[in-house]
Amino acid sequence: MATRRISVTVNGTSYEQEVEPRLLLVYLLREGLGLTGTNVGCDTSSCGSCTVLVNGASVKSCTMLAVQADGQEVTTIEGLAGSGGELHPMQRAFHDQHGLQCGFCTPGMIMAAVSLVEHNGSLEEHAIRLGLEGNLCRCTGYQNIVKAVQQGGAEMRGITGPVGGHTPGQPVPAPAPAGEVTS
Amino acid sequence: MTATTEAPQRFVGNGVPRKEDPELITGEAVYVDDLKLPGMAHMVVVRSTVAHARIAGVDTAAAAAMPGVVAVWSGRDLAGDWSAGLPTAWPVPSVHWGKAEPTAEPRVGDHKPVAVDKARFAGDPVAVVVAATREQAVDAAEAVVVDYEELPVVTGVEQALAGGAPLVHEALGTNELYTWRHSNGEDAEQLIASAPVVVRERYLQPRLVPNAIEPRAVLVQPSPYQGEYTLWTTTQVPHFVRLFMAVVCGLSEPKIRVIAPTVGGGFGSKLNVYAEEAIALTAARRLGRPVKWVEERSEAYQSTIQGRGQIQEIELAATQEGELLAVRARIRADMGAYAQLVAPGIPLLGAFIYHGQYQARAYDFWCTAAYTNLPPTDAYRGAGRPEATYAIERAMDTLARRLGKDPAELRRMNMMPPFTEATPAAGGLNFDSGNYPALLDRAMEILGYEDVRAEQAERRRRGDSRLLGVGISTYIEMCGLAPSQVLSALNYAGGGWEQSVVRCLPTGKVEVVSGTSPHGQGHVTTWAQIVADELGVGYEDVEVFHGDTASSPMGLDTYGSRSLSVGGTALYLACRKVRDKAAKVAAHELEVAEEDLEWVEGRFQVRGAPDRARAIPELAASAWSAHDLPAGLEPVLDGEATWDPVNFTFPAGAHLCTVEVDTETGQVFVRRYVAVDDCGTIINPVIVQGQLHGGICQGIAEAQFEEAVFDENGVLLTGSMATYRVPAASEMPSFELEHLVTRSSTNPLGVKGIGEAGTIAAPAAVVNGVLDALAPLGVTHIEKPVNPERVWRAIQAARSAGGDRPTGEGSVQ
Repeated sequence: MATRRISVTVNGTSYEQEVEPRLLLVYLLREGLGLTGTNVGCDTSSCGSCTVLVNGASVKSCTMLAVQADGQEVTTIEGLAGSGGELHPMQRAFHDQHGLQCGFCTPGMIMAAVSLVEHNGSLEEHAIRLGLEGNLCRCTGYQNIVKAVQQGGAEMRGITGPVGGHTPGQPVPAPAPAGEVTS
Repeated sequence: MTATTEAPQRFVGNGVPRKEDPELITGEAVYVDDLKLPGMAHMVVVRSTVAHARIAGVDTAAAAAMPGVVAVWSGRDLAGDWSAGLPTAWPVPSVHWGKAEPTAEPRVGDHKPVAVDKARFAGDPVAVVVAATREQAVDAAEAVVVDYEELPVVTGVEQALAGGAPLVHEALGTNELYTWRHSNGEDAEQLIASAPVVVRERYLQPRLVPNAIEPRAVLVQPSPYQGEYTLWTTTQVPHFVRLFMAVVCGLSEPKIRVIAPTVGGGFGSKLNVYAEEAIALTAARRLGRPVKWVEERSEAYQSTIQGRGQIQEIELAATQEGELLAVRARIRADMGAYAQLVAPGIPLLGAFIYHGQYQARAYDFWCTAAYTNLPPTDAYRGAGRPEATYAIERAMDTLARRLGKDPAELRRMNMMPPFTEATPAAGGLNFDSGNYPALLDRAMEILGYEDVRAEQAERRRRGDSRLLGVGISTYIEMCGLAPSQVLSALNYAGGGWEQSVVRCLPTGKVEVVSGTSPHGQGHVTTWAQIVADELGVGYEDVEVFHGDTASSPMGLDTYGSRSLSVGGTALYLACRKVRDKAAKVAAHELEVAEEDLEWVEGRFQVRGAPDRARAIPELAASAWSAHDLPAGLEPVLDGEATWDPVNFTFPAGAHLCTVEVDTETGQVFVRRYVAVDDCGTIINPVIVQGQLHGGICQGIAEAQFEEAVFDENGVLLTGSMATYRVPAASEMPSFELEHLVTRSSTNPLGVKGIGEAGTIAAPAAVVNGVLDALAPLGVTHIEKPVNPERVWRAIQAARSAGGDRPTGEGSVQ
């Protein structure tokens, strides 16, 4: 199959690649560039596991051809932490709030959450739930993801103090024991 | 040594953040599909497009000539590669269990990894293509021509069992796999015939598609001259896969290494031994190069097992006051085209608990399992217990309506009273511990039950088009699989033990090897919490290894909420062995008798002289150098334990929700969801909450959205994530959780398990809530999922029937 030459910047590094026109962006990232943090969870653009940022906006990388990324800037989960390895506030928030279990949807979920916050999404619970509608998680029931986005979003915006009932950067407190039942 | 003082609990009970997370939130984690090996070829499976057909021929010539193609094989080409068919580890016979000899042996149909003569469901593998790239393999698979001679199709379990039905496995002479009965010896028939009140209901349990977000994948690296094979596979059960790859492919088990690297969820769907694992292995063996197969999501809707798939009939006999006299359940379970790994046993996991938390004099359970021309079913989160809970909890609501009683009150009056030691329940099992009334009372208190009832009455009074309902579901689950002798009695081929090894290294670090195989549950964190407390070492100094048969050769893996209660107990016992050995070293070094030592705050100290002490890391270094050990003591500070539980564990809970039903559109909104659960001792409350959140979400989705729908030809109509509704964040409420703790009497940790609780409880809570809301309209039954169309139709039917008649298939006698 004929190929096309594209130039794409991923996580700050420029790449020149020969790609088949039918190659999806997600496979360029995973197989062409070895960035396997971006996962493939479906074949109908339903699950959002492959979400990355293209020029700062969240995109399901299975819905975009690699050739469409020619000349664009792509950020994947591998490019989110700082150059010194310090975690992005949203990554830290998912850890603090137990916003992940198996972790397969997590890179896409974190990228979608970062985009949501950067595009001025509200940090109210309902708005976050609507804003993350395109990303499916089968493990968490979403509740702790919502809390993570509240924490991470507040930190990204420089808000201090509790957001959604939790102080940014602080782990979820253990619930008070409801008491031993004796009979 | 006698340890008179326990170490203070420093980590157990705290919601410490997970050790697993750093690689998962940075993209560093390695799932099977992330792996690439030099010379790796890609495999695609060609699947039957029809549900039942003779395979008259498979023409591979055109595909073999396509670019990059390495090999194309039909089922006939590979038939000689298999030493055995794919395994059924739980072949259930036809028997009245414990009461009579079996009347028929289990009828297990032959299951070749690639079908040879006949395709038995749409999705059955019929050919295999291997090519240099995945794209080339996909392209070539399109060019394989299969000549099907179509046969009549069996699309449901009742059809399968009817006279003259087409046979899925002709060699068996019937579609019935077994009829299995369990009763407690009391005469249910007589009680039902003579009881003042009898409720008879019929419910459908639609098939569900598990949809772990990571699709399945397998990569096999062969060393053909050495005869060794390494499989990386998306599995919950690497030890099962190793054993059965040896059996199916005729290899030496120690020469097979199975690695479950990071695994992206399972929910039972990766508790299996799949055709593609065997096919990839044989392909790698034939080709002498690594072969990788990655499932496409839409493919997974046919190639991975489905869950549920039952028709249930339940009868309750009660006094006029509401006291339960008898529970009788009759189940027909759809196995699909083949009896997968543990599929025949799934209904048996519910068979003992159709009475829920309640007492009843007579208990009688029947299940008939049958083959159909649909994808195989097997374990899906809860596996048999959500079905049992749904049946009893729906029927209890019907009984309450029938008697004009409050459904909470009816439940409370029938519950087993609180108990702390193993206590016989109506189904014949000894439950470990529980305080069921306290769970319900607390859930009602949190919900503000009386206030919600008042608002419900007010809305009804003013004719609000949005009616309010309260859904109640209490549950008991039988988990912590399982005492090996009980499994033997149930005809399960394996045992139910678990193994753990603890090695204290000279650097002060502790290496833990577990036979469990987590895929999101956080064992690395939880196990480290247990070890840190038991050995008085730092949580950060404990490293946990799992999911690789080379590092943990003995294990029985992760399913059935067993990992903590069985694997965690093995770990606890291994730590105790370490401590016992460490005590000998400490006594020797401190020049005292072992009896003069006590374990205080995570170290051994001399009684009465607390400044003379030794901690585990120091003793580990001594035991490793072995320069000065007590006579006869083996060097190295380690311990290994294999625990076979003495009983199941029985987590329980009360889940209440409020739902709004829009009577004009049929839409259902879960407004609040309150859960009070008793999973015994809690090691990490944050992980426990996470398990409940996810489980409840899956259960609500089961109630409202999820259903595998097939057409009359056995073709799946909801065959992708675009047509099968996996719930999104916007479709879920937040959940309000609390816990009560009764320590399990089954294991020394007092733990019970929490992985499946939410999914077991939630479906009945939601459906009961919807029916409670619609009670004034006369709607008494709607099948799951209670989607807008079904709800709207039920409302219309009730209205046209005059508002006081039941609708749907299930009805009150």
